[in-house]
Amino acid sequence: MKQEHTPGKKTYRYGMVIDLDKCTGCGACMVGCMAENNLPFRKDNSDRLRSNLWMRVYKISNGRPFPDADISYIPRPCQHCEGRDHHHATPCVSVCPATATDYSHETGIVSQIYTRCFGCRYCMAACPYHVRVFNWWDPMWPKGMKKYLNPDVSVRMRGVVEKCSFCYHRLQRARNKAYAEGRRELHEDEYQTACTQACPAGAIIFGDLNNPEHKVHELKKSLHAFRLLEKLGTNTKVYYVSTRGWVRKAGKIYTGKKGSVTHP
Amino acid sequence: MDSASVPFDSALFPEGVKRCKLKWFLLWIGFLHGPVMIGVIATIMCWGLALNVTYLNNNYPFGLWIAADLGVIALGAGAFFTGFLRYIIKIDELKNIVNFAVVVGIMCYAAAQAILGVDIGQPLRGWFIFWHANVHSMLTEVAFCITCYFMVLCVEYLPLILENRQINKLGFFHGMAHHLHETMPAIAAIGVFLSFFHQGSLGGVPGVLYGRPFAFREGFLVWPWTFFLFILSAIACGPCFTILITWITEKCARKRLVKRNVIDILAKISGRLLVVYLVLKSIDTLYWTVLAEKVGAPVSSFYANQPYGYWVLITELGILGVIPAIILLNTRTRQNENLLILACILNCAGIFMNRWIMVVQALAVPVMSFDKFISYHPNWVEYASTLLYLFLGAIFISITYRYLPIFPQEKELNPL
Repeated sequence: MKQEHTPGKKTYRYGMVIDLDKCTGCGACMVGCMAENNLPFRKDNSDRLRSNLWMRVYKISNGRPFPDADISYIPRPCQHCEGRDHHHATPCVSVCPATATDYSHETGIVSQIYTRCFGCRYCMAACPYHVRVFNWWDPMWPKGMKKYLNPDVSVRMRGVVEKCSFCYHRLQRARNKAYAEGRRELHEDEYQTACTQACPAGAIIFGDLNNPEHKVHELKKSLHAFRLLEKLGTNTKVYYVSTRGWVRKAGKIYTGKKGSVTHP
Repeated sequence: MDSASVPFDSALFPEGVKRCKLKWFLLWIGFLHGPVMIGVIATIMCWGLALNVTYLNNNYPFGLWIAADLGVIALGAGAFFTGFLRYIIKIDELKNIVNFAVVVGIMCYAAAQAILGVDIGQPLRGWFIFWHANVHSMLTEVAFCITCYFMVLCVEYLPLILENRQINKLGFFHGMAHHLHETMPAIAAIGVFLSFFHQGSLGGVPGVLYGRPFAFREGFLVWPWTFFLFILSAIACGPCFTILITWITEKCARKRLVKRNVIDILAKISGRLLVVYLVLKSIDTLYWTVLAEKVGAPVSSFYANQPYGYWVLITELGILGVIPAIILLNTRTRQNENLLILACILNCAGIFMNRWIMVVQALAVPVMSFDKFISYHPNWVEYASTLLYLFLGAIFISITYRYLPIFPQEKELNPL
C-alpha cells in the first residue's frame, strides 16, 4: 500500500458524477460493464447476492402513497475511496493481507490484482458499498461466447475477489495511443468508462476531478451533489446529483427507520 | 493386576496409571471417525466444488468459519495464559494442568488454521499472506503470530511425546525432554508475547473497519479498543475452556485427573478477569454508541432487524457474562462442581457469541440507507467442516491422554 505518489509526477483523480434525475434504471451501464470486463454470469443469474456485478443499479422509492410516490435509481460502481488519512486509508486496501489491492495516488483508482488475491474476502467485509464480489463459481460462458471476450481484460478464476476498475485497461490503451502520438496528456473523451458510454441518458459523466477542463470538475461542485456515506470519511470519487431532497438523503447512513427511503 | 486384564498396548501407558482395553479405545476412536468423515467430505466439497456449496454470499463474505476461527483461538488462550501463570508468575500448582492446557491449545490453533484453509477461495495461494504481506493489515499480523505461536505450542508439546514411557527410555530423547523442560519458561514467554499480539489483532480485524460503524472502534495508536478487549476476553475465558475440557476428559475417563485446588485457582483468575473485561466492555459499549452517533448511525439501527435485536446485547453481557462472573467470583458457588461447569459453559458460549457478533452481525447491519437487511445462517457444509475439528480434537486428546503423561496428579489421585 503506497501512501505517497511519486514526487514531481502529475496526479489525476478520476471520478464520476452520476445524475440521478436523468437515470432511467435501464441497466445499460450494467450490461456495458459486463461485456467490457468479461464478467461471468450463470444461466440463472437472479441471485443478486452471488452474481458478479461491478456496476449495480439500485431502485429506491420515497415510500409515500400516490400522488406523492416517487422512485429513483442509483447506479453504484466502485466508489474508489481515497480515505482521509494514514489510519483511514481506502477501507479495502488497508485490510488486504496480501497486498492484492492498491490505491494509485497517481490516478486515484483502486486496483485489484486477481492473481495475487487468495480469496480471504476481508476487503469485502471492509467495503460498506458492497462493490466487491467474489467468484463463487468457475467463470463460464455459453458456447461460442468466449470469442467475444475482451482481450484487454483478464478473466478471473473462481475463489478470488473482483471489482470495478474504472475500466483501467482503457486508460492504459489511451495512454499508449497518446504516447505513440508524442503526447503526455489525454483528452477527456479519450478515456471513458464502458458504463459512461453505454448510458443512453447521459447520466454518467466521467473524467478527472482535478482537471478544470473536465465536466466532472464543475458538476461535483453542484449544490445538489452528494456522495454515499460521506460521514464515514471514505472520501469517495463517485458523486451523485439530484434535485430531489429525498434522493439526496439516500446518501446517508442506514438509520433503521422505515419510511424515508425504502425498497419497493 | 491380572495379566489378562492388562491392555495390549499397556507398555506405552504412562507409569502407574490405568487405561481401558485397546478394543474399547479403538471403538471410541472409530466412533469419532464417523463425524470426522462427514467433515472431510464437506471440506473436499469446498475445495473441489468451490465455496458456492456454502451459504456465504457477497453480503456475508465472513460467516461461521471466521466466527469459529476467532472463537477457538480465544478458547485456546488457556494454553498461553496458563503457561504465563505457571512459568512467568510462578503459580506452582498450575504445573498440574499446564500440559493439558497446551494439548487443548494445539487443538484450537490447529483447528483455526485448518478452518482458514477451507475458508479462503484459493487455498493453494494461502502462502501469499506471508510472501506478499501487507504490514497494515490486521490479518497479516494474525497469520504471522498464529503460525509462530502454533510452532511454539508444538515445541511445548514435544517434551510430552518424549516423556512417553518407551521413548523416554532412550537416553537422547530423555535428555532432550529434560532440556526442553528447562527452556520452557523462555518458550512460554515467547508464546505469551505472540499470543497477546494475535489475540489483539483478531480484535483489530473488525475494529479497523471504519466503513462498518457497528464494528469500528477508535483506539490507541494503530490498535482499536477491540484489540485490547479481545485479549482480555480471551484470557478471561481460555482457562474456563481448559477447565471444561478437563472435566469432560475426567467424565470420559471416569476418574479425577486434577486436584480441585488447581481448578479453583484457574476458575478464580478467570472470574476476576471476566469482571474486568465486563467493566471495560460496558465502557466500550457506551463509548461505541457515541462513536456511531457521530457518523449518523443511531445504535437502534444496529438492532433494528431480527434476529439481531437488543436481546443479543443483553444475552452476551448479562446471561453469558455477568452470571458466570458471579459464579466464578464467589468461593462457594465456584467450588460447587455443577455451578462451576455451568459458569465455564456460559463463559465459553459468551466468547463465541461475542465473536459471532463482531464478525457476522457486523456484516448483517446495513450501512447504506437503501441496503436491505439479509439474514445468514450456515448450511450443513459449514457446520460439518467446522465441527470436524471438534471431533479431531477429541481423537487427539484421547490418544494424548492414553499414551502421554499429561496429568501429573493422576497417579496420586487414582492409586492402582
